Amino acid sequence: MSQATPTIIDPAKTHLLLEYKHDRPLTACHWEPKSRYVFFGAEDNLIHRYDPASQAVTPLSAHDSWIRSFGSSLDGELLYSGGYDGRLIWWPAAAEKPEPIRVVEAHQGWIRALAVSPNGAYIATCGNDLLVKLWDAASGALVRDFAGHISHIYNVIFSPDSATMYSCDLKGFVKAWNVATGEARDVATVEALHKYDTTFRADIGGARSIALRSDGAQLALGGIINVTNAFAGVGEVAVALVNVADGKIDVQLESKDKTKGATWGVAHHPNGFWTGLTGGGGGGWFFFWKGDEPHEFFKFQMKAAGRGMSLSPDQSQLAVAHSDRHLRTYALYEKPA
Amino acid sequence: MSVKQCSRDGIAFSTCMKLDMMDGPPRDVDRAIIDLVRRHLPLTLIANAQRTSAMKSPYACNSAEHEISRRAFLGGLALGTAGAALGLGGLLTAPSASADQFKAGHKRILNVFLHGGVSQLETWDPKPNTDTGGPFRAIPTSVPGTHICELLPYTAQQMHLLSIVRSLDTHNSDHFRGVTEMTTGRNRLVGVDYPHLGAVAAKTLTPDKFTLPGHILVRSSPGGRNVESEFHKAAYLGAQYANMTMYDAQPPKNTERAETLSSEADVKRNALREKINNRFAGRRRTADTEAYDFSFEQARDLLTHRQVFDITREPAADLERYGTSEFGKHCLLARRLLEHGVPYVQVNHADYDTHHENFDFHIEQLGEFDRPFSLLLADLAERGLLAETLVCVMSEFGRTPQINDRYGRDHWGTAWSVALGGAGIQPGGVIGKTNANGTEVVERSVDHGHVFHTIMQAVGVNSTGDFDVGGRKFPIADPAKSAIGELLA
Repeated sequence: MSQATPTIIDPAKTHLLLEYKHDRPLTACHWEPKSRYVFFGAEDNLIHRYDPASQAVTPLSAHDSWIRSFGSSLDGELLYSGGYDGRLIWWPAAAEKPEPIRVVEAHQGWIRALAVSPNGAYIATCGNDLLVKLWDAASGALVRDFAGHISHIYNVIFSPDSATMYSCDLKGFVKAWNVATGEARDVATVEALHKYDTTFRADIGGARSIALRSDGAQLALGGIINVTNAFAGVGEVAVALVNVADGKIDVQLESKDKTKGATWGVAHHPNGFWTGLTGGGGGGWFFFWKGDEPHEFFKFQMKAAGRGMSLSPDQSQLAVAHSDRHLRTYALYEKPA
Repeated sequence: MSVKQCSRDGIAFSTCMKLDMMDGPPRDVDRAIIDLVRRHLPLTLIANAQRTSAMKSPYACNSAEHEISRRAFLGGLALGTAGAALGLGGLLTAPSASADQFKAGHKRILNVFLHGGVSQLETWDPKPNTDTGGPFRAIPTSVPGTHICELLPYTAQQMHLLSIVRSLDTHNSDHFRGVTEMTTGRNRLVGVDYPHLGAVAAKTLTPDKFTLPGHILVRSSPGGRNVESEFHKAAYLGAQYANMTMYDAQPPKNTERAETLSSEADVKRNALREKINNRFAGRRRTADTEAYDFSFEQARDLLTHRQVFDITREPAADLERYGTSEFGKHCLLARRLLEHGVPYVQVNHADYDTHHENFDFHIEQLGEFDRPFSLLLADLAERGLLAETLVCVMSEFGRTPQINDRYGRDHWGTAWSVALGGAGIQPGGVIGKTNANGTEVVERSVDHGHVFHTIMQAVGVNSTGDFDVGGRKFPIADPAKSAIGELLA
């Protein structure tokens, strides 16, 4: 990062920090643990390594489709990427000219999301083949398949103790998977996050974003609700906060003015608030919710729709992959005088 | 119920007479007949038929209004098609028929219409690794050198049976206009109706003594948008060539004899009806009574062929192969209808109007389409029907190469694709070409008019000819256009 880390986080002071213009729309981004780079995917089938300090950009080429998900080893030296080509790839994050260390044909069809266990031992992937897969991060070996979802699996995340994975599919079914035994538990069905549009005869929904509260007790599932026209994307942004113990929806976070779009990113800040990134008909916004009431306490409008979000390692900034061909970083503190 | 009331309602005269004589409410089978005739026999059709006839008949009042004989009436409606169906959707002229009748080279058309505007980039003209290509890859097909989108893996295995036209430029991005133009082959003009492809096919391809509808639309039940029946107009060809619609792979409603009515009782009942009708006709015979009686008989024949529309009569293995999806059932029904010689079957699949998350929705929709369609294509080929059946996969337009900020693609008529195969079509070809990222046609630009000519010529119809409707000439297809000659076998 190019600036000293501030001590006072204040969402109401959110402001644009950096922007980098790419030649294609972006699809996802990831701030690696050492804060040296922000990696982003774009509609060019490439990963791009962006150095905020120097503004240098390095392409990483080995996917054959868009990349929508990233992860890192705990030390930040390895980058993991999951693509719509079904490939899971290990990269040397800081190499001058990164070449794949390992390429695994991980899924039939899209990898929609990947997650790295907090202990760094595992990578979880999920996709359109209705499977969650667990990989040994060190060897690349498949540890286990987890079958049980009946529609495309949109997202996956590990519990803080790395013992459980949570996944959510297109129809809002949430499952918990025991990493050691493979046992499944139905956690919840978040009906608000799915609709079969009888006019267009198609399903819309799913957890477009996922996060756990810092204590691991609440699962945040971001998506689109109240859809009136699936094929025009007419619906409203929302995040369902699911109690992982009993599966109840504690709160459904929404926008006061029913902003159109979907929640493409969600994160829980250690200071206790939730951040959501939205994109769609209502434009690009950050929403900030306290988590105990449905409406935001602050929102921040961006220049364009957001498609992916990553919280910086020091929790003071957000990187956003934008549809308007820009990677932007935003500071969650007061702009220096 | 009086005869006058019946006429006003378009109900078969003989049925009305019978109802007059019944005690109590009509039974189910009566309702079925009433439904069928009411649906298919508008009075305007009879009036048109009367106007087209100049032959005298010995009707009771001998007025000019009755100057039509049964033969002239039928001939006037037939207009070259033995369907002569009096508004029953080109229904019945003989009491029975079997698939054997249609082995002698009668051509048929299967049109699979992907409503909403399927993306050419996610189907027939993929552009991977370009700024417009989206996330999908191109896959090889059974035709060396020809690649299509990876969303069609089963269809890819049957591409040796199809050809692709990748160079449609229809100058249009409006749904209604697109559907109209693609299915009539004409530029849409306000206030002018041209007959739908199905109506033209029913008129030109219906065999003699054919006892089934000539133009059948298979689609989902209404409730969604794109209620396509409104597009299936017969226009100046006459309402008898308009479509009969089958919803949700179900046989037409009210075509089963009520369980409480034995076949013996039904026979007796009809004998009584005929006796009464004949007695009435002997005293007051009119063109209307002739028409109604004819329609009634045709409706009865339709009831006897109900099994043609019943896919549960297909082998269990085929039911399993085609699957439980609605489109799968529709494809199996299409196979069954084509096997029974129906000249035009259109299967609609919806919806592809993917302004939002085009890629997710194309996975879902083409995932439904791919396997059943490829099975149908392969089955038609294996059973020897493909040589007699032209297969077309069309839409109202394509989708923008440009991907919008919601991962959607919008309407695009400038450079898109259709697929054709079967009867009269050179298989395995690719006609036309778009530029590297699919934003424009760079080779062999064609439009709906060319496709229409091609389809009709492929099934042996001289599309540069005319229909003679009541002495007036109507070009079969747009005279300003022509067939895609290199696509014809």
